[in-house]
Amino acid sequence: MSARSEIFARLKATLDTVQDAGVRAAQVDQRIADGAPDLIPLRGRAHGPARTVLFVTEAESAQADVCSLARLDEVPSVVKDILARANCGALKAAPHKTLQAMNWDGVDVAYGRGEGADQVGLSVAYAGIAETGTLVMASGPNSPTTVNFLPDIHIVVVSEDDIAANYEEVWARLSRDVKPGGTKLPRTVNWITGPSRTADIEQTLLLGAHGPRKLVILLIDGEHT
Amino acid sequence: MSHVPHCHDFQAGAKKALDDEHLQALLERTLKDGFQKKRVQGMSRLPEYDQLRDAARDLKDHVLEHLDVYLERFEAEVIKAGGHVHWARDAQDAREIILNICRSVDAKTVSKGKSMIAEEIALNDHLEANAIVPIETDLGEYIVQLRHELPSHIIAPAFHISKEQVADTFRENHTHLDPERDLSEPTTLLTEARGELRDKFLQADVGITGANILVAETGTAMIVTNEGNGDLTQNLPPVHIAITSIEKVVPTLDDATLILRLLARTATGQEQSVYNTFFTGPKRPGDLDGPEQFHVVLLDNGRSELLGSEFRDILRCIRCGACINHCPVYGVTSGHAYGWVYPGPMGSVLTPHFVGIEEAHLLPSASTFCGRCEEVCPVRIPLPDLLRKWRVRAFNVGKPGGLAGLALRVWAVLARRPRLYQRVMNLAVGALKMLAGDKGALTSLPGAGGWTKTRDLPAPQGGTFQARYKRGER
Repeated sequence: MSARSEIFARLKATLDTVQDAGVRAAQVDQRIADGAPDLIPLRGRAHGPARTVLFVTEAESAQADVCSLARLDEVPSVVKDILARANCGALKAAPHKTLQAMNWDGVDVAYGRGEGADQVGLSVAYAGIAETGTLVMASGPNSPTTVNFLPDIHIVVVSEDDIAANYEEVWARLSRDVKPGGTKLPRTVNWITGPSRTADIEQTLLLGAHGPRKLVILLIDGEHT
Repeated sequence: MSHVPHCHDFQAGAKKALDDEHLQALLERTLKDGFQKKRVQGMSRLPEYDQLRDAARDLKDHVLEHLDVYLERFEAEVIKAGGHVHWARDAQDAREIILNICRSVDAKTVSKGKSMIAEEIALNDHLEANAIVPIETDLGEYIVQLRHELPSHIIAPAFHISKEQVADTFRENHTHLDPERDLSEPTTLLTEARGELRDKFLQADVGITGANILVAETGTAMIVTNEGNGDLTQNLPPVHIAITSIEKVVPTLDDATLILRLLARTATGQEQSVYNTFFTGPKRPGDLDGPEQFHVVLLDNGRSELLGSEFRDILRCIRCGACINHCPVYGVTSGHAYGWVYPGPMGSVLTPHFVGIEEAHLLPSASTFCGRCEEVCPVRIPLPDLLRKWRVRAFNVGKPGGLAGLALRVWAVLARRPRLYQRVMNLAVGALKMLAGDKGALTSLPGAGGWTKTRDLPAPQGGTFQARYKRGER
């Protein structure tokens, strides 16, 4: 008997005595169709300007730097400042049309996946989550996951309009994006809350373990606020 | 490093730990001043915390009652997304499956994210024996691997190692670097490890991670890290293998979210771990990165038997480490004394199942039955009750390591070490007070059901006798 058959035989030997297999299967289908009960805490229900304030507060308490900008076209000058302060001439940017449309005069910008020697990376978030100041990155041709992890400094553009109150809202949005017959999620979805860290040496908190030492969020004012 | 269980040596291991002043200081700092305080702070920021714990317990119970169906759904979705699912009856099955995948791509090195299941199946030893070099990438696991030790804690594997010891270990192993370099600060140690491991991530032929949660609805697996090592492991090599156990499945992404609202908060007091990463299948057309192959190895290793046993509730465990962090016995013995992979209360319930009660007969008695583990468990596992059930089994196989045996021996050890005695008693008094709350009395106490069934147990007031004597209350 295959390992799979053996494991299922043992599971069923226990579970069938409690509940008929057909009933169990129907209950599972129903549970997946109905979804989880609504357990969103109060903190995950902020709306309007309070939602933005919560996002910023939580992101900063996770040691992210947040920089609010009125317009998208202010991004390059802020990125240039960061590059200058890091004494770095080159920028690795995700090949996202929003970034490609910007004026990068004077910056050595390369679009593509992250590489081991990248110092500064720039990408666009799929969403933000106010509840915990978390960024949501969805992988795809315009958003290679390696840009989120290999650079020393990771800069992320997120629009205020894309800040959700809670995680559940973002899952719902991702599932609405599913194309018929396609896979149900992008290959990788990252929740990122602050820069990389470790406390493995004598419980001393240190930033920049393997991922970015610094996470800079460029929060662009929304159109409807 | 040895995965041969030596749980029967618990007393010797405990004695060694008790005599190690340096370890005692690290335990005090890591557990009491660290994890315990941070958990309280984390909880205080989420008023719905207890309500979410009840919901997580119910969710896990629902999954366990439908485990076969959820696993079938998960498997079908992984395949639909282009991934592969492998089923492993036991540790040997799992090791062979992983070795075969590695061999199929002629792998020389494997980067590894932190995985307790990989420890459970002693994966590194097996890969090394077959000329494949496994590289642990979690900083703590990397240090432990270089020192040929086992992790001493499930989420803080190297907390028992001082920064001076880490510096010595790095000097011995990173021999291409200047032997005179300054390694006195944690930050220089981290920078060195980051540099050493960066190249290894980029060169690895296969990446192996665990999976904290599997999502049946979407065929998604997910990992939780603070360092980002798990992400480099699952993104850079051409092959990604996620090794995990069958009870990790949940119905939907929202159900995974519930667990993630509890996991980091309970473990480290963080609002959220830095990286929660959900992966579904291999690299897609048009993607610029990601693995060409995605494999999930689902390990049973006796869990399907636990499901039908009186120990079923332990299958709810989400591996947060809270029971370990709050256990007064672990708090003085540390993890290695337990003699196998999983330490503390959750370990003392799991280990006898994996290695046999004859070998592990002392572990169910390595407890003061103060009930703190159950109190802090985010999925409300009745740990003292499960430990008691193992004690009965130990007695039935003629190994009564129980109260009469071990407790008296532990007492004997403590009685000769006044400072330790005080620390253990302070912990126990504090725990009872905490459990009693404002009432100042306990209506139920794990391990003392016979007493509390018909009356309340007054919580100790004003500290231990010694503490009160010192304060001049004579």
